[in-house]
Amino acid sequence: MSEEKKTFGYYPGCELRNRVKGLDLSARRACRALGIRLKELKDWTCCGGLVPQVKDNYMGFLAPARILVEAHAQGFDELMTLCTFCFNTLRRAAFFLQGHAEARKRLELFLGVEGLPRVKVIHLLEVLRDHVGLDRLRESVQRPLKGLRVAPYYGCLLLRPAQEIKLDNPEAPTLIEVILEALGCEVTDFSSKTDCCGSYHIVTNGQVAGQCSDLILRSAVKSKADMLVAMCPLCQFNLDWRQKQTRTAPLPVVYFPQLLALALGEPVDTLGVAEPAATALSALGSPT
Amino acid sequence: MSQVISLHRREEELIKEIAELSEQNFYACYQCGKCTSACPLTFAMDEPPHQILRFLQLGQAKRLIESRSPWACIGCLSCATYCPKGVDLARIMEALRTVHLRRLDAPFCYTQDDGERLSTLPQSALVAALRKVTW
Repeated sequence: MSEEKKTFGYYPGCELRNRVKGLDLSARRACRALGIRLKELKDWTCCGGLVPQVKDNYMGFLAPARILVEAHAQGFDELMTLCTFCFNTLRRAAFFLQGHAEARKRLELFLGVEGLPRVKVIHLLEVLRDHVGLDRLRESVQRPLKGLRVAPYYGCLLLRPAQEIKLDNPEAPTLIEVILEALGCEVTDFSSKTDCCGSYHIVTNGQVAGQCSDLILRSAVKSKADMLVAMCPLCQFNLDWRQKQTRTAPLPVVYFPQLLALALGEPVDTLGVAEPAATALSALGSPT
Repeated sequence: MSQVISLHRREEELIKEIAELSEQNFYACYQCGKCTSACPLTFAMDEPPHQILRFLQLGQAKRLIESRSPWACIGCLSCATYCPKGVDLARIMEALRTVHLRRLDAPFCYTQDDGERLSTLPQSALVAALRKVTW
């Protein structure tokens, strides 16, 4: 077992400081249990939420570029994120800025820096796959999540665009599945795992977002899942919101790091799990 | 439903602007329709994704700038993932929105909302939704 004591920069993002503290808390506990050292980026700012997709909008890259500059100044060459929005925005911005000299020149002038640094933006899933490894993860499990049927939901921004994100196959990903199986879960065959939840249409047209969420929920229920595991705070919000609105028998939605921390032996009441998932997970019993 | 389009009146200036902003080649599209079948939001659109490309090929851009489809697009990139010709339709949608914002008035589908509901929404959704109408 290699004992590489690397410290990753950690960028939580706005949601993890407010509405979804459980995602931050459980990921920190899981990383501590696995010996992954995280150091939160000091004085972090908004990631920007989206990257521009037209040629002449350089200013849209300013928010993520500022974070990359800060991360480098604070000594990090790899920056870990959890929120899918932050991950997608920062990773795409880093990719774009490497390939566009004109954009780099303008942003350097605006930020008052000489040369934009190369900082690798990574996701917790990659840290588990590439730095911890599945074998060590399997050995670290204290409370195998036996008998728990989980629908693995990726959403859209975690994987796409594949040529920039390069995390997993955008059409038939398996990364979350193999990790969940290492934790002892049973993963269901869930056809809507890369579908869009309706995203920020929730702001302007809840019904549009709701229709998108419906398809995902129906598909997860059809796969006979006990719960759905989400990566993104907005996916979780939309799926929960839709279930409350339609008053269907709820399919609990948990964040991936909550299941991870639980399997690593962390007590369920320290992970910020919301109902009804908290009750379902409490039934799993104590670590062996 | 059939629609009559005058092929003699190509809106070249607009077409050029959309091609430059999006950096996409509309003429690569051979209308297989994979984008439309992959898109999760066609039900909220007046022009389905593959027809947007067809209209651009035919030089008809103004109707697309006034269409609600670019505002329904959320940039999930299902279309770009499944396109066999490598066309990134999400970039074309953003170019259409950009031209709309730069040339026309207020965005198509944004309405005033009560602050109380907005305060219950996730920050990421608010930031993303606002950015969509301000750049």
